[in-house]
Amino acid sequence: MAEIKSHIGTQNKKGQTYTDAWKMMHEAPRSPSFYTGSEVIKEALRRASCDVMIAYPITPQSEAAALIGELFAEGYIGDYFRGESEFAVMSQCAGAAFGGARVFTTTAGPGTMRAMENFPMWAGARLPIQMIVTCRGINSPLSIQPDTIEISYLLNTGMLVWHAETAQDFFDWILKGFMVSEEPEVHLPLALCCDGFFVTHTKDVVNLTPADMCLPPYDPYRSPVPCMDMECPPVRMMRDPFIMKSNYISYATHASWQQEIWAAVERSRKHTIKWINGLIDTENTDAEVVIVASGTAVSQGREAIRLLEDEGVRCGLVKVKSLRPWPGEEIREATKNAKHIFVPEFNVTGWLAKEIKATIPNSERVHAGPHVCGGMTMPPEIIASEIKTALGLRSESLAGRGS
Amino acid sequence: MIKKRLNIRMSGLGGQGAVTAAHVMAMAANRDGKFSISNPFFGAEKRMAPAESYCRIGIERIYDRGELVFPDVIEVFHPQVITMGKSYTMPFYSGVKEGGVVIINSAQPLLSEEDINRLKDLNVALFYIAGTELAIEVAGTELSTNMSMIGSVAGITKCVSMEALDGALQERFGKKFVASGGTASLDEAIKKKFAKKEMLLAKNLATVKRAYEIASEWADKNKVELRVGNPAVAA
Repeated sequence: MAEIKSHIGTQNKKGQTYTDAWKMMHEAPRSPSFYTGSEVIKEALRRASCDVMIAYPITPQSEAAALIGELFAEGYIGDYFRGESEFAVMSQCAGAAFGGARVFTTTAGPGTMRAMENFPMWAGARLPIQMIVTCRGINSPLSIQPDTIEISYLLNTGMLVWHAETAQDFFDWILKGFMVSEEPEVHLPLALCCDGFFVTHTKDVVNLTPADMCLPPYDPYRSPVPCMDMECPPVRMMRDPFIMKSNYISYATHASWQQEIWAAVERSRKHTIKWINGLIDTENTDAEVVIVASGTAVSQGREAIRLLEDEGVRCGLVKVKSLRPWPGEEIREATKNAKHIFVPEFNVTGWLAKEIKATIPNSERVHAGPHVCGGMTMPPEIIASEIKTALGLRSESLAGRGS
Repeated sequence: MIKKRLNIRMSGLGGQGAVTAAHVMAMAANRDGKFSISNPFFGAEKRMAPAESYCRIGIERIYDRGELVFPDVIEVFHPQVITMGKSYTMPFYSGVKEGGVVIINSAQPLLSEEDINRLKDLNVALFYIAGTELAIEVAGTELSTNMSMIGSVAGITKCVSMEALDGALQERFGKKFVASGGTASLDEAIKKKFAKKEMLLAKNLATVKRAYEIASEWADKNKVELRVGNPAVAA
């Protein structure tokens, strides 16, 4: 058998030491920095041993994409180039990943939608590409402001989907995300989402791992499907592909392979739990009122809980970190005592509330809201007021902007 | 009034440096050992279009983010925010909290009798500073207007120290800073106004200091006290 060489302990061309990922993330000393979310994405990538990054400008991810260009200029990224549209970017990402590279890209809003065809293809081809989604409005009337509606479109692509609350989540999860995605029994793309502007353009304290440590490089031979072999399923797409035909072989192939993709999502569960310390975080879930949220809505929920505490209303919190795999069991357990479950969301349809309603018993306990959309902010006062109204408590009228 | 959290809304026009001002304020507060976050809010980036930024400073961890609907301090960077309605809502002071402060960059008073009365009802103090004139006088360029605005809010509320502001300015302008293309070209524009980077830092800091002194004097004279701290300890 050929000798298997470990890169751990050796140095890359920038003098960074390839470090055991678990040690780097959990044991290495951290230094606090006061950065914007975009700068944090750059700092995570500096430590990610990334082979290929493909960029295309769209607010609010443009800063991050430009900053990673700086990293490439400094020599930290294997290759960096620009696509001619988001569809092209995601197709190029696929090409690079087929070729055995660790691939990273960033997108947002209409860009995510334009590239959508590629995402089920990535999942089906088992490409562990990491895509940052800095959510923003997608529909007309146009908005560049945060709106999480695009996440709902990603939920059924077969990608792993995580929703970061803060820049700290972002820093940690970019690096940990590669570890989960690249597990041979997972080997799926990850959509790592955040609310644009609220995370990307906000300066906040983030604890960084040492800049002279980096992740071990991606090993394409751990892929469960052969690299760049167009004759083998799942990518026998050239030259008389049998799956293009309407016969029982085609149906059987699809049935088995599509189940395999979702089985891989399920198998990612234990790795996700291990790396991001559970699919959800909980606080005071013995309370009668519980807020369940993901992304920035968690932060706004935390502030609302402080306001409610000042008025003697006790309220618990569930932070949903991973949407795929979906933490159904965890949410059922965390909300079992709750009489009222509030799901504040930065989108008009309330997709998270729908997922939760489909998961828990007695779903009439779920109050879907408050909702804001199109980039509107969600002041904690509004969440607190909605909760108080539902509990039959007096709530002072709020005369803010637009009222 | 001593508050656990000071929420500052900066309303300006694209290109004036409102976003940078909020970033510098938050960086300074962070240096002072307080909790702080800053974030911007704007549409498609262009000069003279409405642009806002927000800086939250407090004594406990801050989660709240996004547009500041209920601010304690409102800074108006340009008269057009008021006179031409270049604000995200009308009136520009909507949502201001009782006991707050409105700081306006203008050499002349701009508010109507009605506006003045509404602010009085809310016990909101009103401070005018000729911030652009001050920037031209001290730094030699109107591009330093945001420094006047930083000095004003710091002088009235003492929410950040001059020492921390000095450090934050060096951090922001002393090294290569990459942001959007628009911000990068503005950075280049301001650098061209000064012979050397040290000069840029010194002149901008001098503008902050001068505005800080003027605002501080006004706050003392008018007994305007709005501070960040622990109300329980203060009582």
